[in-house]
Amino acid sequence: MNETLAINAAPSALDPLVRVNGVTLQYKTPDHLVTATYRVTFEIDAGDRLVLLGPSGCGKSTILKAIAGFIKPVEGDVRLRNKIITGPGPDRMMVFQEFDQLLPWKKVLGNVMYPMTINGISESEAKARALDAIDKVKLSKFVDVYPHMLSGGMKQRVAIARAMAMKPDVLLMDEPYAALDALTRRKMQDELLQLWDEVGFTLVFVTHSIEEALVVGSRIVVLSPHPGQVNAEVNCQHMGQDFRDTPEFQALAKRISRMLFDDAPTAS
Amino acid sequence: MTDLSHRFAPSPRPEFERKVTAPAELGDVAKPLSMVERIVNISAVRRGVILVFIALFWEVYARWLNNPLSFPTFLDTLEALRDGIASGIIPQRLMITLQTLVAGYFIGLVIAAILTSVAVTTRIGTDLLATLTAMFNPLPAIALLPLALLWFGLGRPSLIFVIIHSVLWAVALNMHSGFLAVSDTLRMAGRTFGLRGLRLVIGILIPAAFPAILSGLKIGWAFAWRTLIAAELVFGVSSGQGGLGWYIFENRNTLDTAAVFAGLLTVMTVGLLIEAVIFRFIEARTVRRWGMQRG
Ligand SMILES: Nc1ncnc2c1ncn2[C@@H]1O[C@H](COP(=O)(O)OP(=O)(O)O)[C@@H](O)[C@H]1O
Ligand SMILES: [Mg+2]
Repeated sequence: MNETLAINAAPSALDPLVRVNGVTLQYKTPDHLVTATYRVTFEIDAGDRLVLLGPSGCGKSTILKAIAGFIKPVEGDVRLRNKIITGPGPDRMMVFQEFDQLLPWKKVLGNVMYPMTINGISESEAKARALDAIDKVKLSKFVDVYPHMLSGGMKQRVAIARAMAMKPDVLLMDEPYAALDALTRRKMQDELLQLWDEVGFTLVFVTHSIEEALVVGSRIVVLSPHPGQVNAEVNCQHMGQDFRDTPEFQALAKRISRMLFDDAPTAS
Repeated sequence: MTDLSHRFAPSPRPEFERKVTAPAELGDVAKPLSMVERIVNISAVRRGVILVFIALFWEVYARWLNNPLSFPTFLDTLEALRDGIASGIIPQRLMITLQTLVAGYFIGLVIAAILTSVAVTTRIGTDLLATLTAMFNPLPAIALLPLALLWFGLGRPSLIFVIIHSVLWAVALNMHSGFLAVSDTLRMAGRTFGLRGLRLVIGILIPAAFPAILSGLKIGWAFAWRTLIAAELVFGVSSGQGGLGWYIFENRNTLDTAAVFAGLLTVMTVGLLIEAVIFRFIEARTVRRWGMQRG
């Protein structure tokens, strides 16, 4: 969309930043073995806004958790800069759907600073970076407030600021706006895009809303219903909020909707 | 469309759009409460009023009963309390009791913390804790007295042993269930920050479980306090060093009922003070400030 963006978006090496390679993920419960995703493959380039889109229960969160390093694939691997991911780490910060991801015992500033201070960033630099990130999500007035006094949307903004301030290689967001009202959600989507314009990070964004996927993403990986497999990859680089009413947007939305609902393999 | 909608639909009202007043011009959006409202909002004031009524009722009833041997009046009790404090006996007994209590309480807490840490980090630890608490929690501490006497003899070590028993299981149980209740989201957040093992426990689990831990501490304290007073009543004296329970027992033997009441009043007051001052203070500075507990 603009100059800085093009620079930031350029891949730094020949390899993609993240490669999800034939990943099968399973949960072991006491009496079941649940296959959440089956041989999922996609790549994330630096500067991507990659959206994982699929119906509820298709394994989107599970894929995100695998990238974050919480779950090990039973088949295939997930690589960051060509190195296999073995566990969670601050180079892949995650923003969750739940509002309780903030530490209730720390004020907004403390919450944003915490991951930095425990990772050996000096107090003063952490503070400067935290204040900057909080400013970017427009919460400067609430620096000294405990999370329980914030609205849901504000809490999500703090979580985003906390993740951004760490300057992770990838920002993982798991339906971060799903629990918000429609108005706030729209505003938050705009803010996220604006932030991306300013900072130029790499984003993996999970949603089950086609519209949200089109607005937020630059590329969409469409997953089939449970167990999730990659159904399609769609480009939507130029579909901002302003495009919602264009025929182009509607057509693409319809196309994706057909993928999701019509030729879905009969789910169990 | 249908008959129904036709019958029940109200006639449409006129539409309009208008400018609202800017919040700055509205005046009192937030206004301080009046003096009376603020005073009534202090729970200490409301509870104080209840206490005054109880004292009044006590005085009136005791006077009407007129039997100081079995039920002294409130004022007589106060007098006995004053004498006891002035002569230094009650403070001295109280100190002995508190020293024993604090020693037992903290040893109990440390063991509980160790046991819970093992329980949250290993599966065998979980089983160990579950089994031990299931076995020992239902066992009243007082029931261990005879055994304690046998092992540690008359005096402080026996008392400390019973206190540890009364504190340990309740606190460990609370801490453990507090840890288990910490949400997955918070745990995962902590792990993406790069925390694991003991750092995760200290950085995330303990503060997140703090409401449960604190209530465990409170329950443990209450158990310890009651257990100790009761234990002292039974065998609290060794080398002339009796605590508050012993003070009560002594005075009953000499039929100084007002002093017995004074002792009981001291037990209640100290228990209340610790509850209402120390624990309330910790609560106000932590879980309530963090919005993890209302009140
Ligand atoms: N902790 C778990 N234990 C067992 N099965 C799970 C667990 N979490 C998710 N699943 C199952 O894995 C599948 C994918 O879940 P999830 O990744 O949460 O889906 P999505 O985020 O796309 O809604 C679902 O069928 C779900 O039932
Ligand atoms: Mg999900």
